[in-house]
Amino acid sequence: MTVRVGEAAQAPDFPSASHELLQNAQLRRNVRRATEVIRAKRNRVVAETPDWEELREAARQIKDHTLRHLDFYLEQFEENCSRAGGQVHWAQDADEANRIIVEILQERGHKEVIKVKTMTSDEIGLNAALEGEAITPYETDLADLIVQLGNDRPSHIVVPALHRNRNEIRQLFMEKMGLKELGDRPEDLTAAARAYLRDKFLRVEAAISGANFAVAETGSVCVVESEGNGRMCLSLPKLLITLVGIEKIIPHFTDLEVFLQLLPRSATGERMNPYNSIWTGFSASDGPQEFHVVLLDNGRTNVLADADAESAGRAAGTAAAVMSAGVTSAKDTLDCIRCGACLNVCPVYRQTGGHAYGSVYAGPIGAILTPQLQSMQHSQSLPYASSLCGACYEVCPVKINIPEILIHLRSKIVEQGAAPLSERWEMNAAAFTLARSNRLAVAQKFARVAQWPFERDGFLHNLPGPFRAWLQSRDLPALPKESFREWWAKTKRGPGK
Amino acid sequence: MMDSKTVVLQKIRNALPAQRERREPEYAAIQRKYLQAGEHDSAHRLALFEQRLRDYDAGLHRCGSSTIAETIAGVLRERQKKSLLVAAEIPVKWLPQNLTFVHNDALTYAEIDHSEGVLTGCATAIASTGTIVLRHSNEAGGRALTLIPDYHLCIVHAEKVVETVPEGLRQMASFAAAAITMISGPSATSDIEMTRIKGVHGPRTLDVILVI
Ligand code: SF4
Repeated sequence: MTVRVGEAAQAPDFPSASHELLQNAQLRRNVRRATEVIRAKRNRVVAETPDWEELREAARQIKDHTLRHLDFYLEQFEENCSRAGGQVHWAQDADEANRIIVEILQERGHKEVIKVKTMTSDEIGLNAALEGEAITPYETDLADLIVQLGNDRPSHIVVPALHRNRNEIRQLFMEKMGLKELGDRPEDLTAAARAYLRDKFLRVEAAISGANFAVAETGSVCVVESEGNGRMCLSLPKLLITLVGIEKIIPHFTDLEVFLQLLPRSATGERMNPYNSIWTGFSASDGPQEFHVVLLDNGRTNVLADADAESAGRAAGTAAAVMSAGVTSAKDTLDCIRCGACLNVCPVYRQTGGHAYGSVYAGPIGAILTPQLQSMQHSQSLPYASSLCGACYEVCPVKINIPEILIHLRSKIVEQGAAPLSERWEMNAAAFTLARSNRLAVAQKFARVAQWPFERDGFLHNLPGPFRAWLQSRDLPALPKESFREWWAKTKRGPGK
Repeated sequence: MMDSKTVVLQKIRNALPAQRERREPEYAAIQRKYLQAGEHDSAHRLALFEQRLRDYDAGLHRCGSSTIAETIAGVLRERQKKSLLVAAEIPVKWLPQNLTFVHNDALTYAEIDHSEGVLTGCATAIASTGTIVLRHSNEAGGRALTLIPDYHLCIVHAEKVVETVPEGLRQMASFAAAAITMISGPSATSDIEMTRIKGVHGPRTLDVILVI
């Protein structure tokens, strides 16, 4: 079994990849503008939700509970989905999932397949696997179409083409769709995509989707989207294959009431996505007549198995007590509902764009998910791609404490003795964040959290991340004696180069 | 060799603590302090629903239960439409004379694509998010019917409108086995420079008649 997360194992480390991107002013402008727009919309619809914090807490507890009984809920989902006519397959890794999907398509003679936005299929490299077997995948989400036509890579988990501006897209569409004329207004570009895809929706007889949620109690699957390309793929073809990461399970149908409030507000700043599709197995009178679900592990059980942080943080106690205490564990990474909010607020992401992360999962969630899926054997520079400012934790709709998990992962990398650290780059990242961020108080909090495993006799030893290189030449007094902010001010730009 | 299901489940069990809380009580202990039921009276609730729909640029009309047919006729006259597809469960008495309403399960996608639009009912609606919940293939027809045409006219009975998302989901749970589409505004994209463009693939125009 080999876990593969896109091309992450071959990607250059974050410091080298980001160096190049930091020089690309156009890309940075595009990313900054896009993230600012989403943030403003998100903040507005969150502010009007009086029970936002209660929803977040419920979501966290539901996800925590589900992971603690994941074996039961997965089997329950399989049973109910099968009873409703769905066929459930299990895949240990990317290659197995690709093989299952290719075989289903080949056995039925499909040469083309329409796809609705699924990060998970990018994770397993499905398009390449399909093309290798002479099956043509058509991405139908506008942003994915832009990425696919441009032979590009996604740079954001919700808006994968956010690094491209209208002129670049216009050029691309004219060339790839063979158009002699095309306006450059977003309306014109959207209309071109509508016309280009319409024929494929009405003609292609097989579709592949991801899932936002899979409901154990009923065997239902839920996909949320905005454009209608999802409904096209889920409703019109004869055959539908849905790829589901095993962490997408939720226990009960009505648990959707929590996630369907949190996800659209966090992801696109809408009260509800224009379209949510929920279906259960298949119906003889309507929709696809054959439905397959592929349940994918691909390293997720590795994440689940990381009990270190848990045993450090969770003293013995009942599960219910742990649940309400809200102690962080690295496996909370699996709670993620892929809303992208943490990317939009991350000062490092906003500077470097998504490609620097070398993975289909960019930003703060990518920094914790990608290395863990790969059992910390690859992408070890990613946990350092953060200034620990805490903004991601503040916006996360399922309350994943990303900074604490980053610190935990850094300590694991240090333990492994395999840290390809680029201290200098890291100091630069910290410098631009701290110099500009108004979140110093939060940074301070996490600096304190950061140090606890490394403190002895009031001095810090073997500190991970940015502080490690210069700790080797001096002993740093433990931070509580001096607040992070004070220390920062005193050392001006920090003790780096 | 063990099959992949066995392997994955085994890895999950190995990862989890040997001693686990019982599932049901743990699930029951999940704190749900968020808003469950709505706080508004029905007039206020309907006004909220209409306001949300207006935010989405849906066309809005009100009528009594005895004037549905003439209201439909008026809306279609305004939209200059002569013929619509209709879902099977739409009562004939709603359909105005002198206009054509086609109910046919055997239509091809191309035929649906050439229609002027579709008329359906809805199973439930959520005021706080302006959501219309379609239950297929009942009063909403097959999924293609409300997807391929460029125009959708939806009849919503006031008593089907709830205020909050949790109230909506509880309604939906009673028909969870059906395919369900939740519609909150026309299809839209913000993928190009975050500029919101309405009408990508689904119907570009949505009219709602609220039956009080
Ligand atoms: S970690 Fe949280 S904020 Fe980031 S994508 Fe996942 S759910 Fe959203």
